[in-house]
Amino acid sequence: MATNFADYKNIWVYAEQRQGKLMNVALELIGEGRRLSRDISEDTKVCALLVGNEIDHLAQECFEYGADEVIMIQDELLANYTTDGYAKVIYDAIVEMKPEIVIYGATHIGRDLAPRVAARCNTGLTADCTRLDIKVSNYIEYNKANTTLNTDTLDPNDPDTGIKQTRPAFGGNLMATIICPRTRPQMSTVRPGVMQKIERMEGATGEIINVKPEISASDIRTKLVEIVKHAKELVSLTDAEIICSGGRGLGDASGFELIKEFADKVGGVVGSSRAAVDAGWIDHSHQVGQTGTTVKPKIYFACGISGAIQHLAGMQTSDIIVAINKDPDAPIFEVADFGIVGDLYKVIPEIIKEWDNAEELHDHAMAK
Amino acid sequence: MAFKIIVCAKQVPDTNEIKINPETGTLIRDGVPSILNPDDANAVELALDIKDKYDDVHVTVVTMGPPQAQDMLFECLAMGCDEGILVSDRAVGGSDTWATSNAISAAIRKIGEFDLILAGRQAIDGDTAQVGPQIAEKMDLPQVTYVKKFAITDDMKTITVERALEDGHEVIEIQTPCMLTAIKELNTPRYMNIAGIYNPDKKITVWNAADIEVDLTTVGLKASPTNVFRSFTPKPKGKGMMLAGDTEKDLAKDLLIRLKDKHVI
Repeated sequence: MATNFADYKNIWVYAEQRQGKLMNVALELIGEGRRLSRDISEDTKVCALLVGNEIDHLAQECFEYGADEVIMIQDELLANYTTDGYAKVIYDAIVEMKPEIVIYGATHIGRDLAPRVAARCNTGLTADCTRLDIKVSNYIEYNKANTTLNTDTLDPNDPDTGIKQTRPAFGGNLMATIICPRTRPQMSTVRPGVMQKIERMEGATGEIINVKPEISASDIRTKLVEIVKHAKELVSLTDAEIICSGGRGLGDASGFELIKEFADKVGGVVGSSRAAVDAGWIDHSHQVGQTGTTVKPKIYFACGISGAIQHLAGMQTSDIIVAINKDPDAPIFEVADFGIVGDLYKVIPEIIKEWDNAEELHDHAMAK
Repeated sequence: MAFKIIVCAKQVPDTNEIKINPETGTLIRDGVPSILNPDDANAVELALDIKDKYDDVHVTVVTMGPPQAQDMLFECLAMGCDEGILVSDRAVGGSDTWATSNAISAAIRKIGEFDLILAGRQAIDGDTAQVGPQIAEKMDLPQVTYVKKFAITDDMKTITVERALEDGHEVIEIQTPCMLTAIKELNTPRYMNIAGIYNPDKKITVWNAADIEVDLTTVGLKASPTNVFRSFTPKPKGKGMMLAGDTEKDLAKDLLIRLKDKHVI
């Protein structure tokens, strides 16, 4: 049975909420969905899909971050996330309302939910995207600036409005752009921290479409016993403006004491390489890279990190990268804006000492 | 009656060993070892741990891939699994996650009865984490992904797991039969042992598309809803500036001046 593409309209963003709070990635994706929707056509809307119970208050936030419409699905049985419950009501809504594109955050919940919904729709799903394009001209521009792709075979005036979903594979060694040419909706999960929120539009409103879900307790085959928040400090790498990351070059676990002191001084968050996590020096929640968190801070300090390709995949779009490493041949220097070859145990304490004098040092240097 | 576990596993290139040919921008696969996907090894370990603790547990590993994926199945048998099944056919080549889950689900139906299906959360070559949940969907099974802790009641009916979240975990109860996907925090996979390798009762079966009676319009490259539009390598970011200075203090000062100049501090 052929899908009539003309029946499918609008971009849905799964606006993931947990315990009545929107995930940051939901706002990022509303921003991205808004940009993409305008590239499809003037009358394509970005719709925030809210699923839960007693979450009316979240609609406003979705509008203020750029949603044209909010689709609200509420029921007591949806108070907490369950695969069965959420997959059912989202699938039913998709069948009823036929969105052209559905995007989800690639969180532990998004990556549990999206594959089931996509399989039930018998449509394609592209995981962990780091870039989405509608217009071929934008796609060409992106590739010219960032990749080795030969763009001569692409036509900037190509009228195709299918979504081009770009994602890393093979540990970030290779990038692939995936399309979904024969089925609808097109679906992607997108890495948290990659897309940009729009500037909040205070007081913005839009239409709320309330969908009454058909759900009964027997639809949900798992029982949520408890949700445990870890008492340890919350590491919000994706929101951090400055990240101080340590790697194998620290030598041992105590090296993270210096990294912590450094991060505290500069108002940053502690990150790490996979090697440091694997060595048991620090918790996985601090890990930056392909199998950890993708980050894009204003400054990324890589301390004693050699720069394995998996690590680079998770941080190389940082605005400024500073690398401190003993080994002048470490691959991290290939992506660093500023490199210091030296002993991090000697260099970092000096940066900490001089940090508050930066303005004075700068003025003094300029005056010379 | 035996408690039957099916583990879905994949043979993958060790991505830590992959290099890029800077001339052509393509992957250099020569000499790159193929391994049992790390998360799948955690799924195998969970199955074997259940087998160690309870009587009459049977563990079958199923995979899809080229003939050489049998090497990975031998590894699983040597770890202690009872049986290996390889689905190998050109007709299933180039399958995306949707089509792969159709093929694996057909193989599972062919195997017949099962109480528990396990898989790794994701494979290191594609990192999609989609095939496990999509098999669960095709088999109409409840699922829990990102499992980091596991317990089962003595009647082998009720499983309690911890499911990792970004900032904590959920405790979830689920009834067999079901699908669970494992993460590395779950356990430490055991090594292969000689007794496992030389057990004549253990066998590997290779099935083609006809054997698993799969609808050929739902597998392979052409049936896959997603296609690769382009593939390429990231452009290396231009090499930055190496700072020079006689002392660490000079280096630190120079760095701070430059950061200030960029308006990032």
